Amino acid sequence: MTRPRSTPVALLRHAVLLAGVVVMLAPFVWMVSTSLKPPNEIFSTDLSLLPRKWFAAENYTAAFTKVPLLRYLMNGVIVTAGIFAAQLVVSLPCAYAMAKLRFRGREVMFTLVLVGLMIPAQVPAIPRYVMLYQVGLLDSYAALILPFVVSAFGIFLMRQFFRTVPDDLVHAARLDGCGEFEILWRIMLPLAFPAMVAFAIISVVAHWNDFFWPLVVIQTGDLATPPLGTLFFRNEEAGSDFGPLMAGTVVITAPLVLLFLGAQRRFIEGMTLTGMKG
Amino acid sequence: MAVTSAATPAPRSRDDLAESRAGYALAMPAMAILFIVLLGPSLAVIVLALTDWQLGAPSMNFIGVGNFEQLLADRVFWRSFGNTIIYCLVTVPGSVFLGLGIALLVELAPAGRAFYRAAYFLPVTSTLIAMAVVWEFLLHPSVGLVNLTLELVGLKGVDWLKNPDVALFTLAGIGIWQSVGLNMVLFMAGIQAIPGDLYEAAEVDGAGGAWNRFRTVTWPMLGPTTLFVTVVSSIRSFQVFDTVEVLTKGGPNKATEVLLYTMYTEGFSFFRTGYASAVTVVFVLIVLVLTLAQVRLGERRTHYS
Repeated sequence: MTRPRSTPVALLRHAVLLAGVVVMLAPFVWMVSTSLKPPNEIFSTDLSLLPRKWFAAENYTAAFTKVPLLRYLMNGVIVTAGIFAAQLVVSLPCAYAMAKLRFRGREVMFTLVLVGLMIPAQVPAIPRYVMLYQVGLLDSYAALILPFVVSAFGIFLMRQFFRTVPDDLVHAARLDGCGEFEILWRIMLPLAFPAMVAFAIISVVAHWNDFFWPLVVIQTGDLATPPLGTLFFRNEEAGSDFGPLMAGTVVITAPLVLLFLGAQRRFIEGMTLTGMKG
Repeated sequence: MAVTSAATPAPRSRDDLAESRAGYALAMPAMAILFIVLLGPSLAVIVLALTDWQLGAPSMNFIGVGNFEQLLADRVFWRSFGNTIIYCLVTVPGSVFLGLGIALLVELAPAGRAFYRAAYFLPVTSTLIAMAVVWEFLLHPSVGLVNLTLELVGLKGVDWLKNPDVALFTLAGIGIWQSVGLNMVLFMAGIQAIPGDLYEAAEVDGAGGAWNRFRTVTWPMLGPTTLFVTVVSSIRSFQVFDTVEVLTKGGPNKATEVLLYTMYTEGFSFFRTGYASAVTVVFVLIVLVLTLAQVRLGERRTHYS
């Protein structure tokens, strides 16, 4: 938008936006600030960003020793990586078939994928829980990963992308004697890299941050994902020791915040797609 | 994105047969798994909602709509339903209009654009549970940043999470804080898609000044985006759970009891599986109505982009 710009308007714009930024970022700033302070400064009523006495080493050491923070982070990596790897293996062939191969029932299958896209994650929770209970898999990595090994959104996203690849490319490969699986692996996958990155961001952010499902199936502290681990930590502290608790939340939030700051464009594009998904 | 595709004629030649066979081989594993982990369980919820089953109980009886009758007579359910609606009525307009306002301001000039976008978007990607724990500390009645700041300007704060008149609105505030950045980004895309010559035409027609430009061009052109963002926000807000579980547990005195929280406690604390399934059915019906509205709006929206 081209607009006549005057200095007062520009200043007012920055003033209003910066005031908003202060509110948006205050929780992050205060979290880091508190994680550096000793208890007496945390419980004092004067507002200061920097500690008078640095207490960072004590708080962070306490955070890592009171609860298995590293273990939580590692669980988060295992679960999100496991889910995304499985989603790729399961969804990609299906997305390719739906985009480029003709077979009876394809439209029905695609409609089912669209239906799957509309179901909120919490809806199948009770039957999933019952199924895992009956096969004795509650409270395990399997319970965290298995319900999400297929992603209707992933199939949809990749199918839409594969459809933009020219048919001629597929035909040429067939004439060269490539099988369908080879076409998918050799031709489609390298082309689909940008779409896969968007899919990866959506999947990883969703499952790293997911709280509902781990809360339902996990009892053992050792299997907690980062959000559930945060809750365990908070419950243990019972609102008394904010320094180590804030140090813990810094460690838990850091991976995604750093990833976001490092790849802002892709993150925002990817998350906008989830907005469309709802 | 177009979701329909050309009709598929029945395969004839040997090549077509091979293609058809490959299609099934590649598509069926995913479809089978989709059925086992998503579609089947979602259908099972409807069946379970018609039973009196409690997890672990040896027997299960079909009781028809008994659970739904019980729901309608349950004051906690109505409280929960009403709270969810109130939460949405605060969070949705709040995050939509703030998102629009911020997007308009950010798009006004290129200076600082990338910085503002990143700053407002940060809460969208951060782990909400960890940030909820931080908010609990910020809202602490005596040593929390919020009340200390209010004291500085001579105001007296309240106990944000334990005061039954305030708690639900506090959670709605956190909901707005978390989602406003996503709405901002969606609006920014909408604003960028408005052709510049429309503003010139408005200028020629005498619609000068920022407010007139907004009234005659920006707001009408953003209509489809605004509807879309509103529906997406409604669906997200309707699913509020995380902050409730961490910060209030539905209290004080059911003041923040919301639908998903009711479903969670009935299903996974009391193991009243049938009853919790009925709550889920009510929940999903409302979300599906919103989602269908979203699909319709999504189709309309693409005409502008």
